[in-house]
Amino acid sequence: MGKTLAEKILGAHVGREVKPGEIVVVKTDLVYAQDGTGPLAARRVQEMGFEKVFNPSKTIFFLDHAAPSPRFELSNDHNFLRGFAEKTGCRISEVGNGISHQVVAENDVRPGDVVIGADSHTCTGGALGAFATGVGSTDAAVAMAIGKIWLRVPETLQVVVTGKLPTGVFGKDIILHLIGKIGASGATYKALEFVGDTIEHLDMAGRMTIANMAVEAGAKVGLFPSDAITRKWLNQMGRLGDFKPLASDSDALYEKTIEINAETLNPTIACPHQVDNTRTIEEIGEVRVDQVYLGTSCNGRLEDLQIAAKILKGKKVHPRTRMIVTPGSRSVYLEALKDGTMQVLIEAGAMALPAGCGACVGLHEGVLGDGEVCLATQPRNFQGRMGSPNSFIYLGSPAVAAATAIEGKIADPRKYL
Amino acid sequence: MKGRVWKFGDAISTDHIIPGRYFYLRSNLPELAKHIFEYERPGFSERVTPGDVIVAGQNFGQGSSREHAAIVIKMNGIQAVIAKSFARIFYRNCFNNGLPAVICDTERFREGDEIELFLDEGKIIHYPRSETISFVSIPPVMKRILEDGGLVEHVKKYKDLRLDF
Ligand code: SF4
Repeated sequence: MGKTLAEKILGAHVGREVKPGEIVVVKTDLVYAQDGTGPLAARRVQEMGFEKVFNPSKTIFFLDHAAPSPRFELSNDHNFLRGFAEKTGCRISEVGNGISHQVVAENDVRPGDVVIGADSHTCTGGALGAFATGVGSTDAAVAMAIGKIWLRVPETLQVVVTGKLPTGVFGKDIILHLIGKIGASGATYKALEFVGDTIEHLDMAGRMTIANMAVEAGAKVGLFPSDAITRKWLNQMGRLGDFKPLASDSDALYEKTIEINAETLNPTIACPHQVDNTRTIEEIGEVRVDQVYLGTSCNGRLEDLQIAAKILKGKKVHPRTRMIVTPGSRSVYLEALKDGTMQVLIEAGAMALPAGCGACVGLHEGVLGDGEVCLATQPRNFQGRMGSPNSFIYLGSPAVAAATAIEGKIADPRKYL
Repeated sequence: MKGRVWKFGDAISTDHIIPGRYFYLRSNLPELAKHIFEYERPGFSERVTPGDVIVAGQNFGQGSSREHAAIVIKMNGIQAVIAKSFARIFYRNCFNNGLPAVICDTERFREGDEIELFLDEGKIIHYPRSETISFVSIPPVMKRILEDGGLVEHVKKYKDLRLDF
């Protein structure tokens, strides 16, 4: 019987064939935490009586959420993590380096890896064909201490996307459409696996956006085959040696297959306060926007900034609207500076903030006030996430973000492309 | 142990349980715990009594991986969370911290109802209706973690994971 990607990767890490529903203890290849979950993870390692971590070079703490720190309590947390890293020899990714999921995709995640992160969007690594999944601090601490985690082998929902993506429609619209269709718990405990000719042609930026949001449907992982696009990305990152092709067997058993015709998709928006509360841009009506937020682990890549710059070139951000841009990583930031993307955005009236999570989690750098409306490219829009519980977050693609910034209300990007 | 029901609806996220804006209190758990359900149910932390139970609808605990959501529930003396379904990271986090998460149809529960939970027998006694309700049995792996007193204690005991089932 053929195997799905999830079954293949987990099986290879247990050293035998595995079946959905089984509980397995697997070796981990990479484990990381961020500055919100990291301090607890580090304390748990200590509580369990470990002085060292299992694999220091593959254990990373990211200072990305509060970067740079807006409060002394968080500065203390950062210093605690720096101290822990020094004692145990594990890696610290400093303030300004970027968001964990982006940085590990650039440097560490390999096709076929088991990646554990104390952050729900760890599933972003699925874009590279890795079994990458988010856990809490204690599970991450165990992986740090002994290099293992227990997992339930998930059933797989296969998502087949076919046809050419229309102009102005992106990976973000595919995943928002899917979540709108299956709901915020439509894939709970399951693996999502994306295939089809649309996916074969989708660049790594688009794949990462989709994988990132797999968790918004409740999924454990959002897996992509490792193919020519993966090879190209690893080559760009100077890691061609990490490439290996990987795909499900043609006779693998899926719990369900969901088909999406890309040609029928429209720019799609998730409305407050649930990611599955989706509407197409035509259905959205007049929504005035106070803040546009471009960036995050979902859409903070060079391609995302470039499409926004293409739309904003020679235009101005609406006087009623603020536009904030945070690149996903330092290298994205540098690329966007070198190719002029950043200049276009700033000239249009956007402001750029350091690489990191920025305003996404309501901590700093764009906290929403009572009654304010934000159109953001981030992966979730729960009530109060970006500040006041009386604020409203709409989610859309970077193209929608740029068009919205121009018009000061949620706008269709297709007329600018 | 008997407890009172605090009833919540569907899709309660970790941001509802403990908002992201209290990020800076995560190394000060007693202070963080006071902000539980601050917007959803103001004053929760003062009014809750040890042994009370959270009862909710679908997909409880969706969203962020912050284990602090499970921890502040436990720190407020809640003995268990009962819901129609849970988000997976939150579900793991509960058991890892010794907080049982129980899956059953929660329609009949009302705020303030007195109930009693029998984990081993897989049943809940609902006193106002004098009813016994059985729930979906807790997976063996979760039972083992719970019996060991949470995942930290489990790993302390074995210096390993003994959780293949
Ligand atoms: S950018 Fe937002 S969603 Fe992504 S890791 Fe940071 S806080 Fe989480």
